Amino acid sequence: MKLGQRFYLREVVSGLVLTAGHFFRNMGKHIAHAFGQKSARGAVTIQYPEERRPYSPRLRSLHRLVRRADGSPRCVACMMCETVCPAHCIYIVATEHPNPDIEKMPERFDIDLGKCVFCGYCVEACPEDAIRMDTGILEFSSYSRRGMIYSKEMLLSLEPVGADGRPTSPVPIPADRTP
Amino acid sequence: MSAALLEAGIAFGRVAFIMAFVLNVAAILGWVERKQSAIMQDRIGANRASIFGFRALGLFHPLADTLKMLTKEDFRPARADRLLFELAPFVSVFFSLVAFASIPFGDTLTIGDRVVPLQAITLNVGILYVFAMLSLGVYGVMMAGWSSSNNYALLGGQRAAALMISAEIAIGASIMGVVMVYGSLNLQDIVRGQGTLLMGWLPAWGIITQPLAFVLFLTAGIAATKRIPFDTPEGESEIIGYFVEYSGMKFGMFLMTDMVETTVIAGLCTSMFLGGWQVPYLLADGFHLPWGAFLAVPALVVTLLQVGSFVTKVAVMIFILMLIRWTLPRFRYDQAMRLGWLGLFPLSVLNIVLTGALLLLWGAL
Repeated sequence: MKLGQRFYLREVVSGLVLTAGHFFRNMGKHIAHAFGQKSARGAVTIQYPEERRPYSPRLRSLHRLVRRADGSPRCVACMMCETVCPAHCIYIVATEHPNPDIEKMPERFDIDLGKCVFCGYCVEACPEDAIRMDTGILEFSSYSRRGMIYSKEMLLSLEPVGADGRPTSPVPIPADRTP
Repeated sequence: MSAALLEAGIAFGRVAFIMAFVLNVAAILGWVERKQSAIMQDRIGANRASIFGFRALGLFHPLADTLKMLTKEDFRPARADRLLFELAPFVSVFFSLVAFASIPFGDTLTIGDRVVPLQAITLNVGILYVFAMLSLGVYGVMMAGWSSSNNYALLGGQRAAALMISAEIAIGASIMGVVMVYGSLNLQDIVRGQGTLLMGWLPAWGIITQPLAFVLFLTAGIAATKRIPFDTPEGESEIIGYFVEYSGMKFGMFLMTDMVETTVIAGLCTSMFLGGWQVPYLLADGFHLPWGAFLAVPALVVTLLQVGSFVTKVAVMIFILMLIRWTLPRFRYDQAMRLGWLGLFPLSVLNIVLTGALLLLWGAL
């Protein structure tokens, strides 16, 4: 170390000048903001529940099941996603589709989000483009493990993310929670 | 009878002002600390606590904190020494609160034919009193460390004792220069002495007559508050410190002790180095500006200006103490010891010698 650094006081003063500089610069911006100059921002903080940073369009968020024109799921219960899922969190029970042109449809399609690792393999594997992870919903939580299991009806009701990056459908309320 | 009552009332008023000042400043310091550190680090800081939707810049957070601590469980470990464990936070906070008593917050206030000194107690050994109280405060910390029957707490208490000794000696030696220059141990006399002018225009504040002592005292004073960069007794990343077993409001009292001690150190710095309640060029009858101009000021306004000046200077000192606390990393235990014994103490002695020599050369100030 150089003598000035060993003396320590000089380095202390330079550090204090740095932090005090930040303080007064930010304070000036805060005051300008308070007096109507909205472009001045004294902090880089994004105040989360009210403000959100824009999400990437590639973001893997809560799954949704894509619907046909008549509202039934596009899923044909081929079990590809259940097979590829590394976390074994998808449970499908297949049934006959009333339309003879379509072989099968899921009677149950449950995703245990408590196990899901959000790898997106189910979306990649799906031959029918029936499952997507584009709802933009990230805040799903529950007080119990059972509440993390999302049923076919809940997944079907979800809409894709809006153009502004905000979710367009409300977060489904887990089965074990009363609103 | 009524005269005695009046005396008691005036004495109570003086004490009440000091207590209200110290307690409120200590409470608001929690907010200042959060907000100032946040603004220094390009953040916003705690702003969520609200009453009826009013957030008031996060000012309700100290209130919420206090409520939280008051309602939390007051836990005592089974093997703890019951009496000392219960007593420790009270000892700690009591001595830090009474330490402010002899710091003057104004000159005298004349009401009718009565002259009221604006300090809680008029002691002619005021400085010694403050340091005695600050030193006694460490007993609370040591009691807490010992009585918790926890090795980390014991380490913290022992570190606090070691740090306090090295800091106290440096404090005591560094203020000797101030005492020599102003010729008194009475803080009120020291502040009055700083009202004179050097070379006809420069206020003879302690920071100008004793710059080295100011730096030494500030460093040792921060060590006495046990806050970063001298928070080895706490050392939150290694030993949790002397209050590791405390919870609820007893823990809050240790936090409050730190805040009050910060206020006391800021008040002492103000009184000894920043001219205390002195406003530059303001004498008892008005402003005597150095180029001969004179501006008469009523006596009551002078007193208000003096109290305002004291409060402002304390606020500035607290800002600087907080700035230091949020800028510097912690000293290692041995570094803090080395700084205290091999840095601050010899320099303080050198300052005494230099001051004595200069006083001999130039005569008394």
